[in-house]
Amino acid sequence: MYRYNDFDTAFLAERNAQFRAQVERRIDGSLTEDEFRPLRLMNGLYLQLHAYMLRVAIPYGTLRSAQMRQLAMIADKWDKGYGHFTTRQNIQYNWPKLPDVPDILDALGEVQLHAIQTSGNTIRNVTADHFAGAAADEIADPRPVAELLRQWSTDHPEFQFLPRKFKFAVTGSPNDRAVTRAHDIGVRMIRNDKGDPGYEVLVGGGLGRTPMIGKVIRDFLPPEDLLPYMEAIVSTYNTLGRRDNKYKARIKITVHENGLDTFRDKVEARFAEVKPHFSGVDQEILREIEAHFAPPAFRNAPTEAYEAERDANPAFRAWADTNLSDHRAEGYAIVTVSLKKHGDTPGDATSDQMRVLADIAERYAHDELRISHEQNVILPHVHVSDLPAIYAALRGADLATANVGLISDIIACPGMDYCALATARSIPVAQEIATRFEELKLEHDVGPLKLKISGCINACGHHHVGHIGILGLDRAGVENYQITLGGDGTEEAAIGQRTGPGFAYDEITDAIERIVRAYLEHREGPDETFLMAYRRLGLDPFKAALYDDAKGKAHAA
Amino acid sequence: MPRAFTPKVVTANALLEGDVVYLTEDNRWTRDLAEAELLTDEAVAEERLLDASRRQSEIVGAYLADMSAGTNGPAPTHFREDFRRTGPSNYHHGKQADALSEG
Repeated sequence: MYRYNDFDTAFLAERNAQFRAQVERRIDGSLTEDEFRPLRLMNGLYLQLHAYMLRVAIPYGTLRSAQMRQLAMIADKWDKGYGHFTTRQNIQYNWPKLPDVPDILDALGEVQLHAIQTSGNTIRNVTADHFAGAAADEIADPRPVAELLRQWSTDHPEFQFLPRKFKFAVTGSPNDRAVTRAHDIGVRMIRNDKGDPGYEVLVGGGLGRTPMIGKVIRDFLPPEDLLPYMEAIVSTYNTLGRRDNKYKARIKITVHENGLDTFRDKVEARFAEVKPHFSGVDQEILREIEAHFAPPAFRNAPTEAYEAERDANPAFRAWADTNLSDHRAEGYAIVTVSLKKHGDTPGDATSDQMRVLADIAERYAHDELRISHEQNVILPHVHVSDLPAIYAALRGADLATANVGLISDIIACPGMDYCALATARSIPVAQEIATRFEELKLEHDVGPLKLKISGCINACGHHHVGHIGILGLDRAGVENYQITLGGDGTEEAAIGQRTGPGFAYDEITDAIERIVRAYLEHREGPDETFLMAYRRLGLDPFKAALYDDAKGKAHAA
Repeated sequence: MPRAFTPKVVTANALLEGDVVYLTEDNRWTRDLAEAELLTDEAVAEERLLDASRRQSEIVGAYLADMSAGTNGPAPTHFREDFRRTGPSNYHHGKQADALSEG
């Protein structure tokens, strides 16, 4: 895992000292809010509906146990004893007070964490596959590349005032768990026909008001060209991107309006100018970073204890069946800890839960934790013989919900319960849907189904790429929820299709149940997932279930 | 004919705590919507907002929020303002909890 060098430590301390002085000047009245706002946003501090919100970056979702413990300490000392993990692998504190924020940032700095560029029109936290370095299907660990991009983009003088925010995602696996096709730039680590490593570069993906799937701008970029090519793309966007209309300012619109070929020509021209300035020091730094991410020493141990517990304990077996993924090392597994207990707020963890996760990671999982964009916590390297003990510890902390990848494993943005931009609530909708399917005892029978909820058109809840997506809107002063079907955030990325008119707050859970029952009725068998069935059947049977049935009921009533 | 003016209150977030505040008739910032001054005249409302916006060392982002005259002071006409005066629906945090601890 990356550890700061003297430069990083000094840079962060200086930056935090600057912000401390800026906060003091705001409080003593020397700075107006108009002057202060861009400064606080550059340091991750928002003002939301009920309070300030501090968004802390968790670079490529990777944490050590000491960092997780510090996040818990901050939650207790300066917030309300919990944190909210987000779809960009960040953590948000919902209740900090302005005078405390400089102290919080210093406490983060003690464990090499920060909130820089988690807001504003800058390059944001670089996200990566949450199974990085562990997944059985991985070609290469994406985190060194993500860390290189983080170092390059942090305080990059050319890119502090981009037309709009800018998001990178990196994956080193052909199975895309990082939603690279919905990012401004997606980097996929690949090998060419000769077996040489390189990158496929995607550009212009994004969700929000105008969802677009990223397009391939370079199908094979040699490793040494990575940073100059990224610089060429962002530089081209910085000059070409629109600043007259915030809704047309993202790179997806720049690429769309200019056309991919024109945009690529400009990028290549800029690349030719930029490339000579990269002397190769970036590649030396990358080699140093890669040394930080050396895999842990995996052990060779018997696995009988795991098999025996599976046979003896049905609850353990159910959890293992949903929450484990294939690890690259013999005898190891990747554990996904669900932060989606039925009826709870998706992505929230109490400080006690954070400490339990830190303890488990330290004792059993090579001191590593990951935050997934699906708002869960990952223990990436676990020997299966330790799973019974880990499961018991998770159960004790109310963290053993066996629902990963199922309908109650819902992504939900904070919505109008916290967010100043939201047009409707999302958290209570997620709570009610999860509770309904728990009561019906249906979700294991339904199988893999990704349900994602956004409380406004900005789509932080990734509803466009949910197999079932829900978008909360304000329709004439009333919350209204639109449904999309068939979205997909993987390497086969697709934008969901709207079913038709939206549903009221007290109708949406019933509507989702009707969709799921229609799937169960029409599927060819349990092996045909919801997404496969949708792709075979199209919208019609689901529309019929949503709308004809409702009319029938109204008629009967 | 001009459209009827929807009554308003001046609301903002407190600078230090970030929580929701409302302007009272005697120019205090209150946490309790019931104490807020209900503005029924458009010109007066604009003037009150202008004055309030100058109080940069106390508040952030003052604006006029639609209200109706309720039995217990101003009442929100939109669900967003209802959430702002209450707090989030997933936890008993924010104003709903503060009111309890004060009471």
